[in-house]
Amino acid sequence: MSWIGRSLPRLEDPALVKGAGNYVADVARGSASVRFVRSPVASGTILGVEKPDEGLVFTAADLDGVKGIKPILHRPDYVAIEQPVLPRDRVVFAGQAIAVVVAEDHATAEDLAEQVFVDIEPGDAALDVDLALQEGSPIVHEQASTNVLVEGKIRTSGLDAVLEQAAATIRMEIRSRRQAAMPLETRGGVAQYDRVTGRVTLFASVQMPHMLRTGIADVLGIPEADLRVVAPDVGGGFGQKMSLFPEYIILVWLARHLQRNLAWIEDRRENLMASTHSRDQAFTVTGAFSADGKLLGVDADMRSNVGAFSCYPVTCGVEPLMALAELPGPYAVKEYGARSRGVTTNTCMMAPYRGVSRPTLTFTMERMMDVAARRLGIDPIEIRRRNLVDTFPHRTPTGLIYDEGSYKATMESAVNAIDLPAFRERQKREWERGRYFGFGISVFNERTGYGTPAYAARGMDIVPGYEIVDCTMDPSGNVSVRIGASPHGQGLKTSLAQLVADELGVTPQMVKVISGDTDATPYGWGTFASRSMVIAGGASKLAAGKIASKLKVIAAAILESDPDNIDLNDGLAKIRNSNRSVPIAELARAAYHQSHKFPSVGAGLHENAIYDPAGTFSNASHASIVEVDVETGQVKIERFVVAEDAGVLINPMIVDGQIHGGVAQGIANALYEEIVYDDLGNCLTTSLADFLPPTMLEIPTIEILHSYTMSNASITKAKGVGEGGLIGAPASVINAVVDALSPFGIEIFEMPASPQRILDHIRGKRTA
Amino acid sequence: MTDKVNIALRVNGKSYAIAVEPRRSLADALREDCGLTGTHLGCEHGVCGACTVLVDGKPVRACLMFAVQVGETEVRTVEGLAKGEVLHPLQKQFWENHGLQCGFCTPGFLMLAAGALEADPDISDDELREVLSSNLCRCTGYQNIIKAVKLAAAEMRK
Ligand code: FES
Ligand code: FES
Repeated sequence: MSWIGRSLPRLEDPALVKGAGNYVADVARGSASVRFVRSPVASGTILGVEKPDEGLVFTAADLDGVKGIKPILHRPDYVAIEQPVLPRDRVVFAGQAIAVVVAEDHATAEDLAEQVFVDIEPGDAALDVDLALQEGSPIVHEQASTNVLVEGKIRTSGLDAVLEQAAATIRMEIRSRRQAAMPLETRGGVAQYDRVTGRVTLFASVQMPHMLRTGIADVLGIPEADLRVVAPDVGGGFGQKMSLFPEYIILVWLARHLQRNLAWIEDRRENLMASTHSRDQAFTVTGAFSADGKLLGVDADMRSNVGAFSCYPVTCGVEPLMALAELPGPYAVKEYGARSRGVTTNTCMMAPYRGVSRPTLTFTMERMMDVAARRLGIDPIEIRRRNLVDTFPHRTPTGLIYDEGSYKATMESAVNAIDLPAFRERQKREWERGRYFGFGISVFNERTGYGTPAYAARGMDIVPGYEIVDCTMDPSGNVSVRIGASPHGQGLKTSLAQLVADELGVTPQMVKVISGDTDATPYGWGTFASRSMVIAGGASKLAAGKIASKLKVIAAAILESDPDNIDLNDGLAKIRNSNRSVPIAELARAAYHQSHKFPSVGAGLHENAIYDPAGTFSNASHASIVEVDVETGQVKIERFVVAEDAGVLINPMIVDGQIHGGVAQGIANALYEEIVYDDLGNCLTTSLADFLPPTMLEIPTIEILHSYTMSNASITKAKGVGEGGLIGAPASVINAVVDALSPFGIEIFEMPASPQRILDHIRGKRTA
Repeated sequence: MTDKVNIALRVNGKSYAIAVEPRRSLADALREDCGLTGTHLGCEHGVCGACTVLVDGKPVRACLMFAVQVGETEVRTVEGLAKGEVLHPLQKQFWENHGLQCGFCTPGFLMLAAGALEADPDISDDELREVLSSNLCRCTGYQNIIKAVKLAAAEMRK
């Protein structure tokens, strides 16, 4: 029987529903508590730090020999800025850690931190992405002559001509406001010092444990072998837990320095002001269309606010370079010009957040399609139909190759599910009654599961991408799979167990997936960028396949048959089309204890494999119906339909769960969440009550339709699905809001479209 | 603030004699002093509900209550939900219906739902949504949480 394609309840869950999960704060008991003293200003010169008379307090002056964090991109347009672990003389954002205290428990540590006085002379701060680009703006880093840290450019030769000759040019000022990934569990680490070996084990709520080990060892100048990083159960990440943060470096330094166990559990205020932010982007985009609605060219100037530092390892290029490469999305466009800049400001550092740039890119293209449709008098679905890529492989102006997808088909099925003609009738009736309903659509593709070629093309000094998987079948016939990917809620252990179970003819319950421990797993890149199912899945399939081959050789020897005639299924190795079989557990035992009989197999059943694919594009379309209350600006989502195509679904229930969660975050991005700074650079949204993540009342039922394009770009035929929900939802919802308000003739190019912003639009029009 | 007070917490039918500072939250006392780490802290501001426990049957934000306030009451946490190896219907339905991803919000949702369903086994769908909207989940989009709770409610009514 096959396990792939079944909605198997997750193997991870029994412990978690009993409250027996092991999150980082759960291993903190018995450790001393670490707390950071943070800058109260966005920019300034440190004049001095006054420590209280008693208590352990450390500043930059104490960190002798500790280097800075210096992420590198090999591009002539990249300015490498070093991030000091603790700053000596200048602070560059409000929330930057300046000093660290250690006390017996958390409350005492907070008391102590309050007694540390940092004397800072405030300076001028650059905060807004566009103001930071203006002549005369404060310069965030003196080493750089401007605030531009990275700049990518492309321009095809025919763009100017099509811009001139187009029947319609659509020019938009797109603005995405700053957002935060906001995992429910904040960051945190527990560093345990081993007095015998001098080794430190760092338990940390992270997505990339191996990368963290490398980063910390480099900065501290210690051998990687002296550090073990363990990601225990992780309470969500969404990109925020990828980067190397000063806090973890300090924690390990302190554990070695004080030779004791220490814990730092971030509070929510720190998380919102000082972990990482994303999506603070401003795009000026012009689309050139022919009279019949063909998109002839796109010209874009894109600015991404990357905050005060460049995140390690992916760097501050992650948003701007993604924008540069992927703006056209699912639309075939020949002429493309873009300038995309990463702009540093005196704000919290930008780092990846589920979707990375693509929510804003999709918002841009989908708003453009709707505006063009209205301008040219073409139905919004029809104009998309005329422009969506439908022959594969497709090569984009930036050199990306789209493998097989179903861009048009998913759009049609999302639209069909809505029954648009009936909705249009109803919409008119409702308008007459003073109620404003709207329909919105978005179509997008998502590059997933990309290996080293994609990151190398970006010029990254650290090129992630491949995964190595170790697979062992022990003498009892049970399997362990050690992976470098590091799941944090995705249910990857279950999905991989299903995949490996099929390969080896055992049950998923017999497959134990081990992850997140640098002592127990091969070097790998963790979990991000919708990669794990494709890449760790591919490597698991390959590694398990090698063991399957060995099992077949042994079975053939015992059954006196040919290995090619053996099937592994339901715990048995069977000769095809016969009833002769031998239990797989018996083969496993033979492989270890009778290895002399199978010289061609060698001893034991232990294999590894590497998978490093070029990448595969999944695709989807989101259709929504909303109602806008024109008195309050509130938006209620009545229906939300996702038609998606991610190839083979290893565990459909898990895939649907990824989509539900992504869409909910996308709705949050569209309507609610925003990190707000005041004019001086103080973060005003430092609690969840200010940041406004949606509750069950704001998130509608999400209807999901699947298509299954089989692409050879993925050896499991599975495409990545982790980010898509968030990529498509904002555009769909805001298109629906604009459609609902079409009697007012409003366009919205900014997200979140908060109630206040919607009201301002309506009132602006009303007084006009 | 270092003078500790001796208190006896009754949690999941067991008594814990502990000494806490008056400022110690119930959540910290459960986690640190009783070793019951199933109750999670997502904000300590009373917003997310990850810390929800039942105090005399009523859902309470354990981050907003002081341990010394608990007095003679009966506290229930996620660790007390299953009967030995037999999962509570809520736990079972969350598992079978993928009502959790990272699982960090799960104990809070389970206790919130347990409190609501015990108080009113026939609670309407709308009321249930209203109650469950007091907690935050960042992973699931809530869809499978509401599904699991409704199925558990039906199972508990049997
Ligand atoms: S931790 Fe208590 S409500 Fe968030
Ligand atoms: S499952 Fe992760 S926060 Fe709810």
